[in-house]
Amino acid sequence: MYIAAAMLLAPLCASAEAHGGDGEEKELAIGDIITEHIFDSYWWHITTYKEHHISIYLPVIVHSEGDGWHVFSSRHLAHGEAYKGFRIAQKGEKHEGKIVATSAAGEVYRPWDISLTKNALALTINSVIMLALFLTVARWYKRRPKNSTPSKFVCAVEMFVMDVEEDVVHASIGKDYKRYSPYLLTAFFFILINNVMGIIPIFPGGANTTGNIAITFVLAFCTLIAVNLFGNREYWKEVFWPDVPVWLKVPIPIIPLIELFGIFSKPFALMIRLLANIFAGHTVILAFTLLVFITAKIGVGINVGMTVFSVVLSIIMICLEFLVAYIQAYVFTLLSAVFIGLSRPEHHVAHKK
Amino acid sequence: MALLTPDFGLLFWMLLNFLIVFGILAKFGFPVITSMVSERRDHISKSLQAAEEATKKLENVRQESLAILDEARIQQTEIIKKAIADGEQIVRNAQQKATEETEKQLEAARRSIDLQKEKALSEINAQVALLSIDIAEKILRRQLDNREQQETFALQMVEETENIRRKRSHKR
Repeated sequence: MYIAAAMLLAPLCASAEAHGGDGEEKELAIGDIITEHIFDSYWWHITTYKEHHISIYLPVIVHSEGDGWHVFSSRHLAHGEAYKGFRIAQKGEKHEGKIVATSAAGEVYRPWDISLTKNALALTINSVIMLALFLTVARWYKRRPKNSTPSKFVCAVEMFVMDVEEDVVHASIGKDYKRYSPYLLTAFFFILINNVMGIIPIFPGGANTTGNIAITFVLAFCTLIAVNLFGNREYWKEVFWPDVPVWLKVPIPIIPLIELFGIFSKPFALMIRLLANIFAGHTVILAFTLLVFITAKIGVGINVGMTVFSVVLSIIMICLEFLVAYIQAYVFTLLSAVFIGLSRPEHHVAHKK
Repeated sequence: MALLTPDFGLLFWMLLNFLIVFGILAKFGFPVITSMVSERRDHISKSLQAAEEATKKLENVRQESLAILDEARIQQTEIIKKAIADGEQIVRNAQQKATEETEKQLEAARRSIDLQKEKALSEINAQVALLSIDIAEKILRRQLDNREQQETFALQMVEETENIRRKRSHKR
């Protein structure tokens, strides 16, 4: 029904925008807003009030070729200003939106940059939340006498943990699952907490962490290691000498090459899947929210209609995103567990001699 | 392409965060929770088993107690029956004894009555004899005035008397 409504309203919007004189400028600004919210940033922009940006400025940690490490507040780099030879690359430049330095030879280059950016801070906050959550529950178990009834909170956490442990980890890996369950549980709750915190629009939340390739890359890389580091002989045999006709592997190792490619393509798919889902979710929610401001110039009637439409759709999208937050964490963990399970084949049918 | 190029700084922070979280939770977080939960699960299943066993035992005890109760009831009826029989026997014995005793007493009484009667009879006999002798003497005194007749009669009398006495003693 909403989709039908959107389709009805879309041409109206488009025509109205075409008429607006300064619609062009506004549209650009909206693109910037979406980009700013979705990509990483050197400060945490909270709101803009009467042309004043209210932001949390974060520490910049950079290493320049000339004089080593520099640590300073990102306040000095705001509004395109340069500080100690560092500046943020402008739109259209190389390394757009990142800190760049100019070398002695006058070349613009990207220094080593481990600034505590918005996403890094959000990650840290989420990690602290996660540690607090699980250590509290673990401590509850240690403190209480054995077999006492857990409180509601402990029960809820326990339910999630045991659900992943039993239905995902144990079901997919089988016998040796205890060895992998700490990693898979960590991955699940790390993704879940980051996803959920990303949906919450105010300060400690709202950063698009799991929709950033660096984060999903590390997670997928950890799965790659977990899969291949403990793969048994049977697994490697299946990769390099699979059970296929000899001509498929002797002169040109076609199947082994495909298998080898598969080793990397599986975690790659994990990385892209999580990134794309969360990135798309954030983009769609922002787009629906910004609909209010896009239509503000068009006219009161349309604006009111679109505002209602936007709020309703945003609510639906946010609910959907909570679902996606759980599903993506679940899918990532489930597939990781399945890949790990595949790296430990046990009852392999032997060659017929 | 900013979307698909991982930023070095963020990679560094992510790796650091994730490894720290993983390290801490893998040691102090998840294993504690999962082991406690599985321990509790074991405990619950054990408790359930114990409860089931206890129920079974209780059922056995109940059956046993029922059996004991039944046995007791049977014994009770038996005891009562025996007691009744015993009581009847005692009463019967007492009655028999009493009858015997009475009979004995009756016998003794009868015997003593017989004795008395005989005594009385013999006394009466003696009296009658004496009386008759007296009468006869009187009569004879008048009839027998002469000596001869007297003697013959006297002898005859003595003989008769002796015969009677002999007869009597013989009877006894």
